[in-house]
Amino acid sequence: MAIGVPAEGIAAGRLSAEEYARNFSDLHPPLVRHEAQVEADRCYFCYDAPCMNACPTEIDIPMFIRQIATDNTLGAAETIFSQNIMGGMCARVCPTEELCEEACVREHAEGKPVKIGALQRYATDEAMRENVQFFERAAPTGKRIAVVGAGPAGLACAHGLAVNGHDVVVFDAHKKPGGLNEYGIASYKAVDSFAQAEVDYVTAIGGITIETGRLLGEDMTLAELTDQFDAVFLGIGLGGVNILRAENESVDGVANAVDFIADLRQAEDLSRLPIGRRVVVIGGGMTAIDAAVQAKLLGAEEVTMVYRRGKEQMNASQFEQDLAAAKGVLIRHWLSPLRILVEDGRVSGIELEYTELVDQSLRGTGKTLSLACDQVFKAVGQTLSSDGEGVALAGGKIAVDEEQRTSNPKVWAGGDCATGGDDLTVTAVAEGRDAAKSIHRALSAATAPAVTQGA
Amino acid sequence: MANLTSTFAGIKSPNPFWLASAPPTDKAYNVERAFRAGWGGVVWKTLGEEGPPVVNVNGPRYGAIWGGDRRLLGLNNIELITDRDLETNLREIKQIKRDWPDRAVVVSIMVPCEEESWKAILPRVEETGADGIELNFGCPHGMSERGMGSAVGQVPEYVEMVVRWCKQYSRMPVITKLTPNITDITRPARAALAGGTDAVSLINTINSITGVDLDIMAPTPTIDGMGTHGGYCGPAVRPIAMSMVSEIARDAETRGMAISGIGGISTWRDAAEFMALGCGNVQVCTAAMTYGFKIVEEMISGLSDWMDAKGYRSVDEFVGAAVPNVTDWQYLNLNYVTKARIDQDLCIKCGRCHIACEDTSHQAITREKDGVRHFEVMDDECVGCNLCVDVCPVEDCISMLPMAAGTKDPRTGRVVSDDYANWTTHPNNPSAKSVEPAE
Repeated sequence: MAIGVPAEGIAAGRLSAEEYARNFSDLHPPLVRHEAQVEADRCYFCYDAPCMNACPTEIDIPMFIRQIATDNTLGAAETIFSQNIMGGMCARVCPTEELCEEACVREHAEGKPVKIGALQRYATDEAMRENVQFFERAAPTGKRIAVVGAGPAGLACAHGLAVNGHDVVVFDAHKKPGGLNEYGIASYKAVDSFAQAEVDYVTAIGGITIETGRLLGEDMTLAELTDQFDAVFLGIGLGGVNILRAENESVDGVANAVDFIADLRQAEDLSRLPIGRRVVVIGGGMTAIDAAVQAKLLGAEEVTMVYRRGKEQMNASQFEQDLAAAKGVLIRHWLSPLRILVEDGRVSGIELEYTELVDQSLRGTGKTLSLACDQVFKAVGQTLSSDGEGVALAGGKIAVDEEQRTSNPKVWAGGDCATGGDDLTVTAVAEGRDAAKSIHRALSAATAPAVTQGA
Repeated sequence: MANLTSTFAGIKSPNPFWLASAPPTDKAYNVERAFRAGWGGVVWKTLGEEGPPVVNVNGPRYGAIWGGDRRLLGLNNIELITDRDLETNLREIKQIKRDWPDRAVVVSIMVPCEEESWKAILPRVEETGADGIELNFGCPHGMSERGMGSAVGQVPEYVEMVVRWCKQYSRMPVITKLTPNITDITRPARAALAGGTDAVSLINTINSITGVDLDIMAPTPTIDGMGTHGGYCGPAVRPIAMSMVSEIARDAETRGMAISGIGGISTWRDAAEFMALGCGNVQVCTAAMTYGFKIVEEMISGLSDWMDAKGYRSVDEFVGAAVPNVTDWQYLNLNYVTKARIDQDLCIKCGRCHIACEDTSHQAITREKDGVRHFEVMDDECVGCNLCVDVCPVEDCISMLPMAAGTKDPRTGRVVSDDYANWTTHPNNPSAKSVEPAE
C-alpha cells in the first residue's frame, strides 16, 4: 500500500514503481544450486512412488530428483519433458500441494513434502535456458493436423504430433499463443514472459506452425478443418464466462475476472492499470483468487472475495486461499450476489444475500448484507463458447473417450473444453499428449511404430 | 554425575576424550583452545627428528566423501608430520603441560627406524614433562615412502624393535599407534606388546583415494594435475576401527592390554561403543575438524548422562563390557530365529523395504493389500536378514522380533528351539564336531 489516503474509485498508479516490481515478482523464486541439492537430498526414491502416481502426466519424479542430486540436471529435464513437454509451466502453476507433494511420503512423515515443483522448475529452467532439445522429429509422414487452441493441451498435442513426423498448424484466436498460460495465470506465477519462452521451446522441434488471430466459428469452421486436414484436435478451452444473474451486472465497474487477469498479464506498465479502492470478487475458484490477489497487489485498499458456499466447497486450493489471506484478501463465505449498487452510473457497492444449505440444496435466507465497493470482478465459472460445431457435448463440454476421441472420427479434444478433466494445466497437457498418440495411431500405417513419448 | 576421570597407561585425564595427533594438536594455540573447551588430553601432532622440518604440499591436503545434506562422512589427508621446528614444538609442549597440569599431554613421534634417532629424541621429549609418547607407526602417505609411519607398522618385527628402544631410553609410558593397512591387526599389536608397550592406539588412517576429477582425470585432492593416495578417517572408517579394536581386545595374547580407540568417533555414543569394545579412552580428530572443539561438551554430558542412566559410576565399569559378546561366526546361535515386523503406524509407505527385499533379497514384503499400498512382512519368506530395517528411513519403524521357542517358523516349518546350536555342530558342516542336529 502506498502511504496516505487512497484515491477514491477506480484509479491507476496507486503504488510506487518499486512496489509494483516487488508485488509482481516471482512468487516462488527459483532454487539456486545449493538449495536444489539440499532439497533433492530429501527424496527417498520411493518404490512405485506415490508422487509419480499423483501426477496427471506421471513424471518419474524420484528419477528426476535423483538426477538433480547426482548433478545431471539436463538428464532430469529430459525425464520431465519426456512425460510433460510443458513441465516448466506445470512446475510453476500446478497445485502441487494437492498432487505430487500431497502424496509425498515426507508429507505423511513430517508434514514437509519434498519441494517437487521447485525441483522440477530447477531442472526445466536449466534445459530451457540452455535451449537443450531432447526430441528429434521422425521422418515426415506427410500428414497434416490442425490443432485449435495454442494453450497447454494444444501445444502438448502439437509437440507429440511433430515428434512423430506430422505437420501441425496451430490456430489460436488470441494475438499470442499460450492460452491460459499467457492470458489466464497470475503474473507472479510466470514472470519474465515465461509462457512465450515455453511456446518457443515447445515449437523448436519443428513442423509446427502457429496462426494467431484465428477464431474457430468465425475465421474457420470445424467442417473446413476436417476437410483440409487429416485430423483435428480441439483445445479451445472455455471461452465464455458465466453471468452472475444479479441486477446491474453490466454497469461500469463490473468486469469479468478473466479479462482483468488477461489485461494485467498483457499490461506493459502496471502503474497505468486502474484498480478500485474497494474491490469485491465473486467466486471461489483459482480465477477468483488470482483476481483478488492481483487486485490487492495493484494497490486496492480492500479486497473481499465472496463465495456463495462454504470453505470446503471452494475450488481454490488451500495454498491459494492461504496466499490470498497472506496478501490481505478477506474471503467471505455463504454470500450470494443480489444486485450491484449504483451511484452516478458507477458501482458504489454490492448487495449480497446470506445463503444456507437446506437438504443439500443452496438457498437464500432473505437476510442481506451490503458491501461498499467501486469495482466488482466476476469469477463464477467459464463455459464452452462454441456449441461444439458438430461434435457431441456432454455436461456443457465436448464429449471425449479415454483416448480423447470425439464423436467425429477426425476430431479429438482435450483440456478444459473436453469432458473428464479437472481444469488443471497439467491435466490439459496429459490430454493433449495422449490425443497426439491416439491421432498418430489412427493416422499411421500398421507398419509405422510410434516414437515413444510418455507413458 | 558419573566420574569420567580416566587413567590410561598410567596417564590421568579428567575425561577419556583426547584429541588425536593431527592438525588440531600441532600448536600451543590450538591445544590451549582445546583444553579451554574441555578436552581431557591431546596427542601432540607427530614430531620428527631434529633438523630442517618436513615440508607439506601447498595445494589441497584434504579430500572428502559426504552423506546426505553434505554431512562429512570420510576425510582423507596427505598432510605430513609437523612442519614446524622441533625446538618450537618442544617449548610449546612444555609450556602447555605446565599451564594445564591436569590434562594429558602425549607426544607423537616419528623418526627414522634407527636406534640413534630414537635415542636422540626421547630425552628431549621427556624433558618437556609430557605424560607419555605415542609412536606413529601408522601414517600411510608420504612418510611411509621414507621408511617411516605405516612402513614400520606393517612389519611387526620393526614395531617390536622400536618399542623396545623407547622403553629402554625413556621412562615415559609408550602408546604404539597401529596402522590398519595390514591384514591381521593382532600381529603388530602382539609385537608392540612383546616390545613392552604400555598401550596401543588404533586405527591410524586407511589408504584412500576419495575421488577422481573426471574433467582432468586425476585423483582428488589434485596437486597441479596429479594426486596421490591419502589417509582416510572420519565416521566412514568407524566400523573398520571397531572391528580391529575388538580383535585385539579378544586376542589370547593381547587381551587386557590398554587400547586407545581412534577412528571416526564423533559423539558420546561412538566413544561408549569403542570403550565397550575394550578401549580405555578414545581419540578424536575428524569430528573436531568438522565442527570445532565444542563438540566435547556434548561428548562429556552425553557419556555422563548415559552412565548415570545405566548406573555406571566410573568408565572402568563398562570398558570392555561388550568384548565377551564378540565371537566368531561359527559360534553364533543358528537356533535363533527373527522376523521383521513393520509398525504400520510409523510406516510412511515409501516402499523401500519392499523393493530392497523384492529385487535383492527374499521377496518377503508385500506391496499392497486389498488393492491399497501396504508393506507387510510375510513370515513364511522372511529370513530375518535385517536389510529392510537398514533401508527404512524411519527409525524403529521396522524391528526384528525373535520367535519364541516352541513356535513354528513358517518359512522352514521347524519348531524354534531355545537350545544353543552353532555351525560347529551343524549337520551340514563337513567338519562338524558332533552329529547332533543343530536346528
